This record gives sequence, C-alpha cells and structure tokens, in this order.
Amino acid sequence: MKNIRTCLAVIGLLCSCFVSGFVYSGEFSGYIGGQTRIFFEEPISSEQHNSYLSAVAEPEFFHDWDNGAQNLEVKLFYRIDQHDEQRTHGDIRELSWTGVFENSHENWEVLAGISKVFWGVTETQHLVDIVNQTDQVENVDGEDKLGQPMIRFSTERDWGIVDLFILPGFRERTFPGAEGRPRPGAIVDTDRNAIYDFSAGKQHVDFAGRYSHYIGEWEFGVSLFTGTGREPTDFKPVAVSPTGETIVVPVYSLINQIGVDSQAFFGDWTWKLEAANTIVRSGAKKDINSFKTVAGFEYTLVGISDSSIDLGFVVEYHYSDQRISDTIFDNDLATALRFVLNDAQSTEILAGFTTDADTQTIGSFIEASRRLGESWTLEAQLRTFHGAKQGRPLFSFRFDNFVQIDLNYHF
Amino acid sequence: MNTTLNIQAQVILLITTVLFAPILAHAESAEDESAKNRGMAIAVEADKRDTGFVDFTANMVMELRNKQGDKSTRTIRLKTLEVIGDGDKSMSIFDKPADVKGTAFLTHSHALKPDEQWLYLPALKRVKRINSKNKSGPFMGSEFAYEDLASQEIEKYTYKFVRDEKLNGIDYYVIERYPAYQHSGYTRQVVWVNNKRYVAEKIEFYDRKNSLLKTLNNTDYQQYLDQYWRPDTMLMENHQTGKSTLLTWENYQFKTGLTDKNFTRNSLKRAR
Repeated sequence: MKNIRTCLAVIGLLCSCFVSGFVYSGEFSGYIGGQTRIFFEEPISSEQHNSYLSAVAEPEFFHDWDNGAQNLEVKLFYRIDQHDEQRTHGDIRELSWTGVFENSHENWEVLAGISKVFWGVTETQHLVDIVNQTDQVENVDGEDKLGQPMIRFSTERDWGIVDLFILPGFRERTFPGAEGRPRPGAIVDTDRNAIYDFSAGKQHVDFAGRYSHYIGEWEFGVSLFTGTGREPTDFKPVAVSPTGETIVVPVYSLINQIGVDSQAFFGDWTWKLEAANTIVRSGAKKDINSFKTVAGFEYTLVGISDSSIDLGFVVEYHYSDQRISDTIFDNDLATALRFVLNDAQSTEILAGFTTDADTQTIGSFIEASRRLGESWTLEAQLRTFHGAKQGRPLFSFRFDNFVQIDLNYHF
Repeated sequence: MNTTLNIQAQVILLITTVLFAPILAHAESAEDESAKNRGMAIAVEADKRDTGFVDFTANMVMELRNKQGDKSTRTIRLKTLEVIGDGDKSMSIFDKPADVKGTAFLTHSHALKPDEQWLYLPALKRVKRINSKNKSGPFMGSEFAYEDLASQEIEKYTYKFVRDEKLNGIDYYVIERYPAYQHSGYTRQVVWVNNKRYVAEKIEFYDRKNSLLKTLNNTDYQQYLDQYWRPDTMLMENHQTGKSTLLTWENYQFKTGLTDKNFTRNSLKRAR
C-alpha cells in the first residue's frame, strides 16, 4: 500500500512537471522492438529452450532550458522474454539533471541522478569501463549497462577533462535465469541476496575519478575507482535446482582499481590500449592484486576498389593474470573485419573470432545492422563457441551457438 | 612542287619550334605563374569577404536520392565558430533518422595539420575520437564527402585561374584548385566563382583518376548581415553512380554569442 502511494506521488509529480509547459519544449524519442534468438543444437539443461522471442521498449524524454545550461534526461528500459523470467526485466537507464556553471575562469558541469558513463577505446573488451554495472542478461557481449545513481562533477580545461563521481547505490549484475540461454553452468540466482564480504554491503558509497586529455593525434585517460567491484569475485553454491543444477549467488568485494586507456592515430592506423590493475580489499581474496590488459589496432582501407565501402581490420590481444577470477580473455587474440558500406541505410558488418592461445577455444561472431526506410533498424548477430575446455567459462556455452535478430522501430 | 614546299615548311616549322621552344616554354610558365597568382588572389578575396561572421547556427535537411528515385532524409543542426588564423570549430547534431537522433560530430579543423574530430554516440553515452586523416569518405551515406563539408581554408588548396565565363547573364571566374593534402579523394576541382559576390556557385570534382565524379550546384544565395552569402540549396550530383544529395538550409543565424565553451567534448554530450 505504501509503495503504491509512493508510486502515485512520483507519477503525480512527473505529470505536474510535464503539464506545466515542460512537455511542449521537451522531446520524446526512443524505440520499441522485437527480438528472436534461435539455437542450432539441443540445450545442456532440460529447462532451456531452442528459440526465444522477446519484446523491448526504451522510451526517452529530454528537455533543456537556461540556454542549454541545464537539462533533464529520462530513459526507461523494459524487456519481456518468452521463457527467461530473469530476462524479463526493467531498468531506469537514465533519470538525471545536468547543470553547467561557468564564468570566464571556471567551468563545471554537475550531473545528479541515474546515468551512464563510458570509458575506454578498445573494441572487443571494455576493461576500464567500471562505473556502470553490466546488464549481462541483455547480451553476452557485456555492452549493455544498468543505470547507476551518481553525482558527477566534470570540468574541461586547456589541460584536459577531470571527472569526479560519487556513486551511492550499488547495482547487482543481472544474470540469465534457469531457462535463459546461453548461461553459466551453475544457475546464478539474483532473486536471493547476494553476498557482500564487507560490512557496509549494498549501502557502501563508491568513488571514481578520471583524467583525460589529448595531444595532437594522441588521446589518453587515467581512471581510479574505489568501492564495490562490479564483477563478482566469486560465486557461492547455495542450493540445487529441481533439474539437479547447482544454484549459486554472486560474491561482491571492495576493490581499488587504476585504469589507463590510450589511442593514437598514425595515418590509417589507430592504435589502442587499455590496462587495469585491481586490488581486492575485502573477503577471502583480500590483498590479491590482478592485472589485465587489451591492446591492438584498427587499420582502415577507405573506399575499397573505388567504391564507398570502408574495410577495417581489427586486431586486439587480451591478457589477464587470472588472479581474482577465471575470465574468458586471459591469453586471447581477437581479429575482425569491419565493413562500413557508407550507404543511405548505414549498413555495417563486423565479423571475426577470438582465439585462446592456450586452449585453442574459438569464439566467432558476426554483427550486421542496417536501417530499413526512415524509422526501422534490423540487426542480426551470429555467435558460435568451439572447443571450450571443461572448467573454463565458455564450457557451458559449448552447445549454444545462436543467431539473434532484432527489429526495432525508432521514434 | 607542292610536296617539296610542304616538306620545306615542315622543316622550317620544326627548326623554329626547336629554336624557340625554350622561349615558348618560358612564356608558358610565366603565364602559368600569373594564372596561379590570379587563382590565389580570387581565393584570398573570397576568404576575406567571408571573414568576420564570428559564428552561425543553421538547420540542414539532407535528402539522399538514388538512381531509382528512392529518397532518404536526414535533418541536422549545425553550429560554427569562426577561428581567425586557424580552421573553424563546428558541431553537427542529428535529429533524423530517428535511430541516430542525438548523434553529434565535433570538429576542430585546421588548415594543414589533421582536424580533431569526435563523435558522440548517445546510446552508449560514448565520446569517440575519430581518425579524421582520411576525409574522402561519404558523410552519412550522402554524396558529400567529409572534405566537401569541412571548413574551407585557403591553405587547403593550390589554385589556378582558368578563364572568365558568362553563364545565364552572370560573370564567373573559373578557377581550378588542387587539394594540398594527400588523402583527398580528388585530383582537382573546377570552381565557378561569382565575380561580384565571390562565392562558389558550381564546383566540379574530379576523382583520383582525374575523371569527372560529381557536380555541386549552390543556388538561392541569401546575404546575411549585409555581407555574408550563404546558399539555401546545394545539390550534389554523382555522375558515376547516378545518385544525388540535396541540402536545404534553413534558419541561418549569425553572431549568436557562441564561444569556445560550446565546442568542447563535454558540450558535445549535451548538444542534443
């Protein structure tokens, strides 16, 4: 009852904002869409399925005033999945106010609310991008993020950009449910309480900062983070499912992380580097120090054979010392081709594979997208997993080669 | 008899040519030099007349058409800040198509060293620096290359005056310009400069093989602040593919009070 009353109060407040002339100068946009995933082989678990349908909506509202010095941004997200009750989920991706305060010497931008930030330069993994939690149930590539409550201060000067973050309200990572596919061998139960191996638990306030700048054709950033690590440091078995599968809950720990990212252009070459050093400050893995890096290049042939098609070669090497947890990218080489057709439909294709140098596990992917007419987009993905070794993270994906098609209407 | 005379004439012509060739060549290069100077002078005058606008904002509708007549539309808002002694700063923000709404480009252009260019991707909230060295590629699938829409600094080309020409009762200087930077998609451009207003009304673009690739027609010029001419429409036709792009400009405003602070990476994120 109390919840309903709060909800009504919030809705009432939002409505009164809109009615007070706000709505006339604001802008609504966003997309709705349908998705299908089709798997080529029988699943490992009897709870999983061979095909999945889902529907998604992501409406947005944006309004700025005071000559663009203040704005309000709202972005809501909801997905309904045919089988996976964990994938049926909603999120406030964005609900933030931004204000700019400047005089002739100073300029500060302040953001308060729920928002998202992106750090980094590489294509196949985002190592330094730590502020937002991964919405893992959305896609296996980890590119989707949950909205993070934050207060952000940012200043841009001749000597670079400084961003400072206060991050209250930790977001737990989403994971596919028992019926979800692909998913880890053990079922990660996010409906049970996760384990925080430090006393403040979910109430812990995290801090982050980043300095970034460019000198000519060279860009670089240094970032610091202190707080609850977004990636679980462990998974604890808590039960067994009716189908005999282990049910686990994630363990979150306090960490300090320093990250660097850098990018430089030499002619048609773009060189990229990300590296992160993480120290665990709580729990069973306290004082473990771990290093990860990804480095590589993208070389672009502009207008191949007198067409307007650009062809890019992406090569990135991944390393992790695996001291905190076993990650997919420990000693892997990712190679991909990127076709940008530069046509009216903005057709793009990225196709490639990631090879583990030690186990010869190969993950391949094709991502293609194009616009249909003025308002629709069509995306297709193919992901395959070959030769995964028992005990390694991708082992549970060994029968999960799939194709995914997304059709979205944008407004 | 006739034949002998002919041979004699030919021999004389040959001798004359051989004897006087260096002089002719010299005369030609002097002519060349003066054509270059005159071409340059026209470019300098055009640049001078367009100096001092400080800043402007405008809306642009971009209509892409293919050979079959299919149309596709983009709408873009544009802000430009004049930078004296260097390339201008500009920001373009996409309103349509809906799937790229809020996507924005920030360019700090330079005369000869590479521009700095950033792309803002609103879905990822990512500001991405892009390699701007190669500007010969199409802008958003249109027939305009990035370099066609970039800030036009004098140093970006070398010039040659070709001829005076009268078209539809208007006098033009026809000049050729040759891109000074090696990644250009063109060997040369032929420009019809209105000799009263000093604006380009027509440009022919020749590809790397020196064959005619595209023609741009800038029409319906309006004068702003009693000085600065801007075309309402720009039609770029690709002769090799049969595709074309029509740019329609609306709502030009000059001296709107923009400063450097409106052209930073942080402001790019707020631009929508």
